[in-house]
This record gives sequence, C-alpha cells and structure tokens, in this order.
Amino acid sequence: MNPQLAVGRLSHCFGGLKAVSEVSFEVGEGSITALIGPNGAGKTTLFNLISGTIPPQTGSIRLDGRELAGLPPYRIAELGVCRTFQTTRLFPRLTAIENVMVGRHARSRAGFLAGLLNLPYTWREERAIRQRAGELLEELGAGDCADEAAGSLGFRKQRLVEIARALAAEPRLLLLDEPAAGLNLHETGQLAGLIRRIRERGVTVLLVEHDMSLVMDISDRVVVLNYGRKLAEGTPAQVQSDPEVIRIYLGGDHA
Amino acid sequence: MRRYLPVLILAAVVIAVQLVVRAAGAVYYLTQATMAAYYCLVTVGLCLLMGYAGQISLGHAGFFAIGGYVSAFLTTLRLEAAAPASRFLSRLGVLAERQDLYENLLLGVSPWAALAAAVLATALVALVIGLPVIRLKGHYLAMATMGFGLIVFRVLLGTRFLGEADGIGGVPPLPLFGLEVSGGRAHRVESYYVAWALVLAALLLAVNLIHSRVGRALRSIHGGEEAANALGVNTTRYKLATFVLSAVFAGVAGVFLTHYNGGIGPSEAASMKSVRYVAIVAVGGMDNLWGTLIAGALLNFISLRGYLGSYDDAFFAGILILVMLFFPDGLLRPRWLKRGAP
Amino acid sequence: MPFDQILQYFLAGVTEGAIYATIAIGFNIIYNTTGIINFAQGEFLVLGGMIAVTLSAFLPLPLAIALAVAATMAVGALVDLVFIRWLASPSVLRLVVITIGVSILLREGMLHVWDEKVRALRHFTGSEISSVRFLGAHIAPQALWVLGIAAVIVAVLAIFFRFTLVGRAMRACAANRTAARLCGINTRWMVTLSFCLSAGIGALAGCALSPLTQTQYDMGAPLAIKGFTVAILGGLGNSMAAVAAGLILGLLEVFSISLLPLAYKDAVSLAVLLIVLFLRPGGLFGRLEAQRLKEF
Repeated sequence: MNPQLAVGRLSHCFGGLKAVSEVSFEVGEGSITALIGPNGAGKTTLFNLISGTIPPQTGSIRLDGRELAGLPPYRIAELGVCRTFQTTRLFPRLTAIENVMVGRHARSRAGFLAGLLNLPYTWREERAIRQRAGELLEELGAGDCADEAAGSLGFRKQRLVEIARALAAEPRLLLLDEPAAGLNLHETGQLAGLIRRIRERGVTVLLVEHDMSLVMDISDRVVVLNYGRKLAEGTPAQVQSDPEVIRIYLGGDHA
Repeated sequence: MRRYLPVLILAAVVIAVQLVVRAAGAVYYLTQATMAAYYCLVTVGLCLLMGYAGQISLGHAGFFAIGGYVSAFLTTLRLEAAAPASRFLSRLGVLAERQDLYENLLLGVSPWAALAAAVLATALVALVIGLPVIRLKGHYLAMATMGFGLIVFRVLLGTRFLGEADGIGGVPPLPLFGLEVSGGRAHRVESYYVAWALVLAALLLAVNLIHSRVGRALRSIHGGEEAANALGVNTTRYKLATFVLSAVFAGVAGVFLTHYNGGIGPSEAASMKSVRYVAIVAVGGMDNLWGTLIAGALLNFISLRGYLGSYDDAFFAGILILVMLFFPDGLLRPRWLKRGAP
Repeated sequence: MPFDQILQYFLAGVTEGAIYATIAIGFNIIYNTTGIINFAQGEFLVLGGMIAVTLSAFLPLPLAIALAVAATMAVGALVDLVFIRWLASPSVLRLVVITIGVSILLREGMLHVWDEKVRALRHFTGSEISSVRFLGAHIAPQALWVLGIAAVIVAVLAIFFRFTLVGRAMRACAANRTAARLCGINTRWMVTLSFCLSAGIGALAGCALSPLTQTQYDMGAPLAIKGFTVAILGGLGNSMAAVAAGLILGLLEVFSISLLPLAYKDAVSLAVLLIVLFLRPGGLFGRLEAQRLKEF
C-alpha cells in the first residue's frame, strides 16, 4: 500500500513539555489506522499538528508526498485532510444541514463578490451543495433532524452530523478524534460499520480511540503513543502482544 | 425569493412614511429621517461585521469620517484652471464647477469622482488597518478599533487644511440623474428617497451575502472559528472582506451625508458616534439585520430630533449597558425572524 | 537641543509618565483579579479630582482629598455591584462594552453635576508660579507631588500584594479563581475590592494631577486610553513593567512635540497603542506565550 500520510520526526513542545517528540509513522492509503495511548500521550496534539491547528516545531507531515507542515488549517482541509473533534464542535446556531453545507465549502467556489451580488452561477452551486449535504445526512442516519439547530440536537445525532460535515469536504484522509466516546456497546458497533463504509468509499481513516474493542476490531494498523513518543506500531495482534504496550496499559508484568 | 420580502416591506414603509408626512404637513420630519438613513447605512455594515464575522469595531465612525472628509476636501478644492495639474484632471473628466455665495465660479473635483476617491480611500485604509486588526480578539480588538477611531478623530481635529475643529463647509450638492442630494428644501423629498434607496441597496447586498456560501462561512466562523478553519474556510480572508465591506458602507454614508449637510466636522469621527453605532447593532440583536435597521431608524430619528436633550450620550450608553447585561441577543427578536439567517 | 531644555522635557515626560503608570496599575489590578479591562478607569481620576475641588471649598485640602478618594472608592464598588456582579457567564465582548458604557454614564453624570467648566484643585504646596530648580531645569512642586504620590502608590501596592493576607488573596484570585474559591476566599468581594482599590488609586492620582492639568468632565477617556496603552506596552497585568512603560510613553510623548505639531501629541500615544497591539500584544516585557495568545 502507498503511504498516504507520512509523519516524519514530528515534535512540538508547549513550554517545557514535550507534547509530541520525534514521532514518525505512516498511514497507508485506504487503510484504517488507530492511534492509541494513555491520556496525555499526545494523541490530540498530534491531530492538531496534522490538521494544521498547531504548526509543528520540527519534523514533516506529508500527504501523498506533499508537505503539510506550516500550512494554514484551511489549506490543509482543501488538500483533503478533515477532522472531527473530541467534543463535537458543531456550529450551534446553524441547522444540521447548514453545518454539513459548510463542510462543502472547500469543494465549492462562489466567492464574496458573487455572494454579494447573488450572481446566477451561484444558484446552481447552492442547490448542489444543499442536495449533497442532505444526502450525506440521510446516509449517516441523521436526515430527520436536518432543519434543527445543531446546538439542540442530542449527543449521538451531533456526532453523526459532525462526521457528515467532515465527509462533505470529500477528504482523502479523515481524522476521527475519539468517535466512540460516550457511545454504548450497540452504538459503537454501528460506528464500526460506519467507519468501514467510509473506508469503502476510498477515504483513509486515522482515528484516536480509547475503546480497545473498537480499535482491535476495525483497524488495519495501530500506532501506540506514550509521553509524546511512539512506543509501538503494527497490526492489532502485534500491538496487543507487545510487552511494552501491555506494561503501559496494565502496569507491571503480565503474560 | 422569500428572503427579499423584508426589503420590499421596508421600501413600502419608506414610501408610506413620506406620504403620511406630506399629508400631515410635517415635511420637516424628512430631514431627520434622511440623516437617520445614512447612520443606518453604517449600522447595516457594522451588523454584518459584528453579528456575522464576529468582530467588534469601536472605531467605525472613523471610516464614516474618512469618506466624508475625502469627498468634502476634494469637492471644495479651489483649483487654478490654468495650472497643469488642473488641466490634466480636467482631461480625465473629474473636475466640476460650482458657484459660491458671490456667484464666483470655483473649480473643484466633481462630486462623483470625489465619491469614487472616498470609497477607494476608505477601502484602502480598511484593508491596511484590517489586516493586523483581524487577528486580534477580545479586549485587544476592541482597543485597536477604538484607537483607530481616535487617531482619525485626532488627526482630523489637528490638521489645518482639513479645517481643524470647524471641519469643511461649502460642500456642493451631489447630482444624481437630474436630482440632487443636498440640504435645500426644494430637494428634501428627493434626498430622502435617495438616502433610503441607498439603505435598501445595502440591505439587498447584505441579504444576498448572508444567504450565500460566504455568508454561511461567516456564520460558521462566528459559531466556531477553529472548526470552520478545519473545514477549509479561510477565516482571515472572509473576516477581512467583511471588515472592508462594512468600512465602505460607512464611508459611502459619510460621503452622502456630507453632501446633504453641505459639510462635515471632526465630531463625526468621535468615539461617541462609534459607540452609538455599536449600541444600535446590539439593541437590534447582533446578527439581526432587520432589528438593527428598526433600532437604527428609531433611535437615530429620536436622537436627531433632539428629544433626548442633553441626555443623548447617556441614553445610548445606558441602553447599551442594559442590552449587554440582560438582553445580549438584542431587544428586537420576534420569533419568526429568529432561527439562523434573517 | 541644549541640555537644560532636554532636562526640562525629560522631567515633564517623567511626570506625565508617572500618571500614566498609575492609571495602568489601576487597570492591572482589576485585570489581574477579574480578567476585565475597566474602561471607566479614567473617569475615576476625574471624579476624584472633581469631588476634591468641590470639597476643598469648605474643607482643608488633605481632608478634601481623603474624602474624595473614599467617595470614589465607593463609586468603584458600586460599579462592580451594579454592573459586573450580575453577569453569570460574561463574554469578553459584553464586558468590554459594558465598561465602556459605564465610563460614558459616569462622564455624563459628572457633566450634569459639574457641567463643562474646567476646575482645578489648589496646588498642594506653593502655587502655579512656584518652581524648584533642579540641575538647571525648573520643576513645579506639584509635579514633585505627582511623582512622590505615584512612587508611594507603587510601593504601598507592592507591599500590600506581597505581604498582606488580603493582597495575597487577590493574587490568588488572579492566578486561579476556582482554586481560590475552594480555599475559602470570597472571590466576589475580592472583585469588589479590586474595583475599590483601582478607583482609590485613580482618585488620588487625579487629585495630584488636577492642579497641573486642570480637571474637566471629559478628560477621563483620553487618560484611560493612555493608561491602557501603557498597561499593554508593559504587558497586561504586570504593574512593575507598567511603571517602566509609563515612563517610556511619557518621554515619547513629550519629545514628540519637538518633531510633530502639538495637535498630534495625543495621536502619538494612539499610534504606540496600535503598534504594540499589532506587533507585540504581549508588551515589551511580556512572555512569548502571552504574545501568541491574542485572546483571553
């Protein structure tokens, strides 16, 4: 598999704290890769670095060979990297469908002047955007709340809308930050199916997760972080049996 | 095109007001109504900036004054017809003659060329100031915009060729398709309609923008800038564009009001004016265009008629505080106007 | 420029700078305890001066000043109790706008009580024409009072915040409000106290300044802007830096007169404000992190 995302010796310090230290790994195209590790291991910081929210201090992030480090977040989104957030960050006063329509922003053109003057070419584009957004919401099972304010939606619906929004941008790489947080067993199973369907559309998935059963179930590869450093990398089976990984999760010696 | 309905309603109200006032023989009310329109124009732009792009501006009166002063200065120039610069400008077609009180003919820049220059100047200043200002937040943003407004005020107050404290007077009327924007009683009705037509045009643009892809992007910025960025929205560019647009609205209002009043003074740039604009937008509800308009029309009219007496400034400060303390969503939010974009 | 003229300018700049630094310290106290920038800080100076002028007509000067300071502190407490305490979840925007509104209300109130007449407090010692010779330059005794009072304020505050229980409690609020509350500190009263303190400092400075610059109802805003510029220049919240920054701005302003027309003198400090906000919002002495965090 071609490495779609290649993270090379990425580092970032907050003051004296080395949040991410010399982390290197690759994410294969069309794969589902999981990033795991104890709290404070630097997983969300890593996401922030990849999505451009924080500029990395050293190291490189390449998407299909193209350097992302140092680019502004909106540019990285245009290049095909989209993310969800640990606590859903929908735009509360926009409706669900409007939220997803914002997701289409990177794949549409109508500019400031065209908007001001309501130029005809924007009418067709707007219809297309709305239609696509509606389709995505339906697909993810949130079609019934399309016209409700996003801030008033239930927790599970909010997560679905956020994923729909990220998918609307037609990303090549989708970063999911703890998508299973707060979901029960049944819902996590549905999430697993959803992630697999996303992969089938050709989207590479990189997810941060604490739910080990989900991780082991759907991931092709797993990367383990601890204290900002990469501890281990491999298939779920390999990582599961790695003594170092067992130690940091369970402490002490376990067979 | 349901979104344009309120614009049509407003147009009807504007016409109705004029007819009623004429029937009641109280045409003099039109004067304050005309001036109120120009101040409303500023608040329309400010509403877009504060309510949609989420940037407070405590110095918008500065843009109003820049627009007004540029056009006032240019149209009241006394150029020597024989001078090479004058002949060059004349060839460009930007000069115009006007008569002063003694029936002498004076040569200055034509009002329309001056308008263009004023718009350009305002846009440029907004661009230059906007770039660093856009990146600021919270108190820093408030102070930077306030500082900008104050600098404009101080420079206008202290510059000899801009009239210092007296400002610039003798500004000729603005000719418009055979009509005229000026303070003369004969032109009262047409000035009134021109003023409100401008406001309606600005509202049309604003409504278009809000319902467009960029408008949605602006609302997303307001709803969560980091998430918006992560979805490909170039927040800096849109915030800056909105800033410049709102500045241009204010500058145009300044130009027209200057022609209407026949002059302009540094008090138009005073921070109290900026606070008023913010108060009106706040009372109307930050992102509520129609609320801002209603609040602007009413409050400006009341203030201009002098009904508030010496408590004018205190009144605006008071309602601003009240709204901020108890009604941060504004006072004018009927439920059918509420959800999402107006 | 001949040396004694430079020295003259220097002394003028230092005197002005001392006032600006005092205003900045007033900002910092409230900012440190609450995160709010109190735009009404300038009005406290004017209010103190005005009350003192009125009282000094029938009371001895020191008593008039003391009562003026006390009255202004009461007003400061009122500002907090009436306008700030209500807010359960204040956003920065609302607070900014509210304190601006309060400053306007105070100003209009002063206008209606004292109208637009310019008033001035008696010189503490000497009169308008007395001066003290200092290395070839003349300095008014009142200017020395200003410097002295500013120095005393800084010293007393330093001791207060470092060595007294209340002062330390206020610093605790500034560092971490929730933790302070968990330690049993009544944060709400700390906020009120910080408003009182800032108002008192402002009033005292206003009284000291009044004989030199006269007092008029609308002098608050320009003073506040300059005070804020100094506070930002030194780094918001850092009062020692505010002293240095105050001196810098005072000197800059005074020496700018030799280059620019007098009418632009106020524009100089505004330009400094914008430059600092655009280039280095953390201030000259601010940490790099504070710079990058352009938001609260």
